[in-house]
Amino acid sequence: MAAAPVDLVDFDEAIAKYDPVLGIEVHVELGTRTKMFCAAGVSFGAEPNSETTPVSLGLPGSLPVVNGEAVEYAIRIGLALNCKIAETCRFARKNYFYPDVPKNYQISQYDEPIAYDGYLDVELEDGTVYRVEIERAHMEEDAGKNTHVGGDGGRIHGAAYSLVDYNRAGIPLVEIVTRPITGVGERAPEVARAYVQTLRDIFRALDVSEARMERGNVRADVNLSLRPTPESPLGTRTETKNVNSFRSIEKAVRFEVSRQAAILDAGGTVIQETRHFHEDTGETSSGRVKSDAEDYRYFPEPDLAPVSPSREWVEEIRATLPELPAARRRRLQADWGYSDLEMRDVINADAIDLIETTIAAGTSAAGARKWWMGELARTAKEQDVAIADLAITPVQVAELQQLVDDGKINDKLARQVLAGVLAGEGGPAQVVQDRGLEVVSDDGPLLAAIDEALAAQPDIADKIRGGNLGPVGAIIGAVMKATRGQADAGRVRELVLERVNGS
Amino acid sequence: MTSDVTRLSAAEQAKLFASGEVSSVELVTAHLDRIEAVEPQLNAFIHVSAEVALEQARQVDAQRAQGEISSPLAGVPIAVKDIVVTKDVVTTAASKILEGWVPPYDATIVEKIKAAGLPILGKTNLDEFAMGSSTEHSAYGNTANPWDLERIPGGSGGGSAAAVAAFEAPLAIGTDTGGSIRQPAAVTGSVGVKPTYGGVSRYGLIAMASSLDQAGPVTRTVLDSALLHEIIGGYDPHDSTSINEPLPSLVAAAQQGATGDLTGVRIGVVRELSGEGYQVGVSKSFEESLDLLRAAGAEITEVSCPHFPSALSAYYLIMPSEASSNLAKFDGMRFGLRVEPEDGPVTAERVMSATRGAGFGDEVKRRIILGTYALSAGYYDAYYGSAQKVRTLIQRDFTAAFENVDVLVSPTAPTTAFKFGEKLDDPLAMYLNDVATIPANLAGVPGISLPSGLSDDGLPVGFQILAPAKADDRLYRVGAALEKALENKWGGPLLSQAPELEVK
Repeated sequence: MAAAPVDLVDFDEAIAKYDPVLGIEVHVELGTRTKMFCAAGVSFGAEPNSETTPVSLGLPGSLPVVNGEAVEYAIRIGLALNCKIAETCRFARKNYFYPDVPKNYQISQYDEPIAYDGYLDVELEDGTVYRVEIERAHMEEDAGKNTHVGGDGGRIHGAAYSLVDYNRAGIPLVEIVTRPITGVGERAPEVARAYVQTLRDIFRALDVSEARMERGNVRADVNLSLRPTPESPLGTRTETKNVNSFRSIEKAVRFEVSRQAAILDAGGTVIQETRHFHEDTGETSSGRVKSDAEDYRYFPEPDLAPVSPSREWVEEIRATLPELPAARRRRLQADWGYSDLEMRDVINADAIDLIETTIAAGTSAAGARKWWMGELARTAKEQDVAIADLAITPVQVAELQQLVDDGKINDKLARQVLAGVLAGEGGPAQVVQDRGLEVVSDDGPLLAAIDEALAAQPDIADKIRGGNLGPVGAIIGAVMKATRGQADAGRVRELVLERVNGS
Repeated sequence: MTSDVTRLSAAEQAKLFASGEVSSVELVTAHLDRIEAVEPQLNAFIHVSAEVALEQARQVDAQRAQGEISSPLAGVPIAVKDIVVTKDVVTTAASKILEGWVPPYDATIVEKIKAAGLPILGKTNLDEFAMGSSTEHSAYGNTANPWDLERIPGGSGGGSAAAVAAFEAPLAIGTDTGGSIRQPAAVTGSVGVKPTYGGVSRYGLIAMASSLDQAGPVTRTVLDSALLHEIIGGYDPHDSTSINEPLPSLVAAAQQGATGDLTGVRIGVVRELSGEGYQVGVSKSFEESLDLLRAAGAEITEVSCPHFPSALSAYYLIMPSEASSNLAKFDGMRFGLRVEPEDGPVTAERVMSATRGAGFGDEVKRRIILGTYALSAGYYDAYYGSAQKVRTLIQRDFTAAFENVDVLVSPTAPTTAFKFGEKLDDPLAMYLNDVATIPANLAGVPGISLPSGLSDDGLPVGFQILAPAKADDRLYRVGAALEKALENKWGGPLLSQAPELEVK
């Protein structure tokens, strides 16, 4: 589908002239066992329309019942985002006709969200922290999924027919809405990305969702507007829907800044509308125009009693909240004794879990960092894969370091062992054995090599015997060469001196 | 025997079944015969499920042979209003839009009815989606009033009331959103109960207005209603608005009432539900019943519920608002009727539009439009919001009244059964028929209608009793006492005075 050509202003130029204001809505699918309002399962990839009940199909007569687990998860999220938790809140119906919404209304929360008035501190890659104000986090149900068959690339336009899969319909969602995010300037794209990334990490830490962007567990709608100066009133915003990767979030923000700046530069006005992001081109295109015609006729859901979480329950949930990612990072940095810069590198390399597990398996903090941020980070970069996807486990790294610490191999051999593990030759011990890389610790072969070296260089032997220890290195070198580096240099030195001095 | 059993009350039929004097198959067959004989004149049923009923009856008989009697009404057949979903049995809500729809599940009350061993004879007629007071809005034809075939049987549950009054079934299920159980009971000389909101599960009731709908019994005696109410009532985890508390003992209350003694019971007559608009014969019958209650020892006072006159207006905002949303799911996409536009592209939106245009009747469309308007941005506060405030005031009226009296009473409907077509072109006149029944729905309190005699036009009049929420037992105590006093006066049930229907 060919989008009409759009005028764009260079991003830096646009930012120099306008102050961007962000607003982000994030939907997260909760990993509850059953749906928001019925006992249907929620497994991903199930046969279409197999995870349904009369309730999630919206059959006449069916009634919703609130999933208590989903409420607990929503409260966890609210607490993690420093929100207040409502003492009582109602669900509301959002009325609109669309085939993927089985009842032709969505059960959501409107003016009474379960969590409100919070904030989230978001850290950028260089360590700058922005505080994002959270307006609300509310519960709702997901819609089904339309598949348009025939026509142009799965789009509804020109399709021969459409299929609807209601497996997703009714899966619990929490929608988190920010207040306008101001004062971010040219860092708007980074802040948007880091905000969603931070949320994703929190969802995982809270164990409320698998939070996999590629499966649509986490979906972001990015609102953006420009204004001449930070003192000006807010400009007209656009809402770019379903931006489903971190990279895309940055791109969508950059694109909208450039596009809106071009409109404003030309003296035009930005239209308040929904826009779609295209992964392939990194551009957004116009969707529905938002207007007064869009009236969802919200009213309190009469089929459901209000949700009134007791203060005791909320405090119980607060007390059992797991450690959140930011706190964990601070704790681990202190435990490990890494510098700010070292820690940031670890975080940016997404190696924090790997290092933690390696240390837990017995390696020193310095040792774990040496491997993961050195040889392994380099390999990941060369292979263009995530460091966690390398063919080596933290336990294997710990085993490797243990071999070095035990003197079974030296650092140089360890690198070869690592290469063997990454090549799929087995664990470190296996590679050492198969490749015959173990340090020669049996004195027999070493003495033979020493005698040979001394015999080959009698003058050096004499010098040593005369008390001049300088040339010992030459003998050690020869022995190392003869043993292909598998000798322990310290032991060789001892043996040489013993031999020469005839002890 | 089989020719007579249909005239017996459900309790009497159950007794014969339990003692082995009659089988459930015989009871079902007798009623199926009666249905076949009088349906051509009445049209009380949309669908008669003869085979299903007989199969259920055979099972109940087999259970009895093993010494199992699953409930005090086991073996006795029942009719179910066609707005309650029944697994594998067509359910239409009297609408074209659901013609031929076979639900894949049972409503909770249907599960309970089956578990209690009551064979289901079929599905009764109603105003489309229960919207109406005359059953004239059914897409499947009018139901006639057994007292006068030219007249309406009330609505929306005209089918259930007519079936019971005409001895086609001893028991029926109705649903009451603004009076749809009580008003049909009143105009057909039968008994109908709207339980406390939340007292009976709504799971499987095709919703009109979720905050008002409630299913309940339609019978010929107060005791039969109590027996059926105990079977269908109680907490249901599938309905979040159902009350998670045990029901009061209703049968015991009815039995206590039947002793005829109401000493110490305080009865309040609602001043606002009388006078102008009430037919003379209706008021006269009501007064006679008050005399009987007084004679039974009750203390009768007049009570004012000052906000009741606003109830109708509030109801006609809240009900259509909820209905407009509840009925959105009927769109031709997943079940029921699907109509494609005659010309132009076949898009989902256009199919929805064509389906709804063709599938819904005028009254349903009227209420959807009204409700959509009342909920729209900019009008919400003025309409839906204000109506909810009135609702709160009406609830307070009840609370205040029940501080001084145990039950409130009024005529059930201002008039007796009117003729077909008389109010069809005047929706407001039609709506006024529910003026006395609506306050109970808005407040969620229970109500009963039982026959109090005939008006000067020879047609039945209903007497309404209202009790505080969760005090449904009071309806049965006072209702049974009045029933007893009236029957003593008449020398038998009112329905024995009904004209015999011509039997084919």
